[in-house]
Amino acid sequence: MDLKVRVWRGKEHGAFTTYDVRREESQTVLDVVVYIQRHLEPSLSYRYACRVGMCGSCAMNVNGVARWTCRTHVSKVTSANTLEIAPLPNFPVIKDLATDMRDFFDKWARARGQFHGTRTRSDDCASVPPSTPQRLAADAGIECIGCGICYASCDVVTWRPNFLGPAALNRAWTLVNDVRDGARVERLRAVAGDAGCHACHSHMSCTERCPKQISPTAAIAGLKRAAAIAALKGEI
Amino acid sequence: MTGTGNLGIRAQVLLWAAQRMSAAVLAVCVLIHLATVIYAVRNGLSAAEILGRTRGNASWAMFYTLFVLVIAVHAPIGLRNVLSETFNWRGRSLEMTVLVIGFALAIWGFRAVYAVFAY
Repeated sequence: MDLKVRVWRGKEHGAFTTYDVRREESQTVLDVVVYIQRHLEPSLSYRYACRVGMCGSCAMNVNGVARWTCRTHVSKVTSANTLEIAPLPNFPVIKDLATDMRDFFDKWARARGQFHGTRTRSDDCASVPPSTPQRLAADAGIECIGCGICYASCDVVTWRPNFLGPAALNRAWTLVNDVRDGARVERLRAVAGDAGCHACHSHMSCTERCPKQISPTAAIAGLKRAAAIAALKGEI
Repeated sequence: MTGTGNLGIRAQVLLWAAQRMSAAVLAVCVLIHLATVIYAVRNGLSAAEILGRTRGNASWAMFYTLFVLVIAVHAPIGLRNVLSETFNWRGRSLEMTVLVIGFALAIWGFRAVYAVFAY
């Protein structure tokens, strides 16, 4: 039995077009999109690279839920042989399923997502024992692949377009816990307040949908605590 | 800086902290208030009987003064977030609006406390 696949065509304004795609065993949503582009609709625009859940570029809204399409089996998301594939919410659409991720990554920079080392090449390597609380906290968030699924799933991003979003804040939290980093106060100042971690409502959509099982909600809660303590001390 | 409107980052964070702390106090106050209301009216009470018990009672007056204070802190901060997210409203006009609402809540609340507990 064929799959009925509704695919978004257009930019911010557009419409869904339905395609019939043969159902295969172990078929992923990305397989479906690739099939449509190669056999049915050569002008379909979308983005992917690694196909194995490493690069974070193939995320789309599948049946209303943001997912990494390369690691999502069709059987996991539909029992009725129907799929609706749309671009990620909260991102401007470039064309069809390809979204503009500039704001998303600019916010990582705004959240001071860069490592600021304090040692020079003549210093020894830093020793960070794996069992320290800071290292464990950093480990919990470090595997982010930047797919934007958390950002697409976040209500606060929808309500406050200048909200930094779960991924950027998760990145900031890993660096706040990096004992080698020397920009803690500047980073807390950058991520605090109405457009930063304190805007989070803890809906936990990001945590529920993160394909890497990261909890940006926990990272944001950590940032809220750290920033509140810094504000009470007068550091920020 | 990720700030919006006229408030600085530190002020925004302190508002958040104030809302969390007032919420913790409110949770206890609301429980005591509801339990007292349910207990006090279980056999039916007239307004005169209620006032007879409350007037001059310093401990209850202090409790409700605290209750009013934390409401006047908690409600405007929450309302500020709701208005900001619902209507995309930022800046000084929003801060002044919720400040006025906070003062109004405090004045109405203290007026009620005075009416119920003062001799």
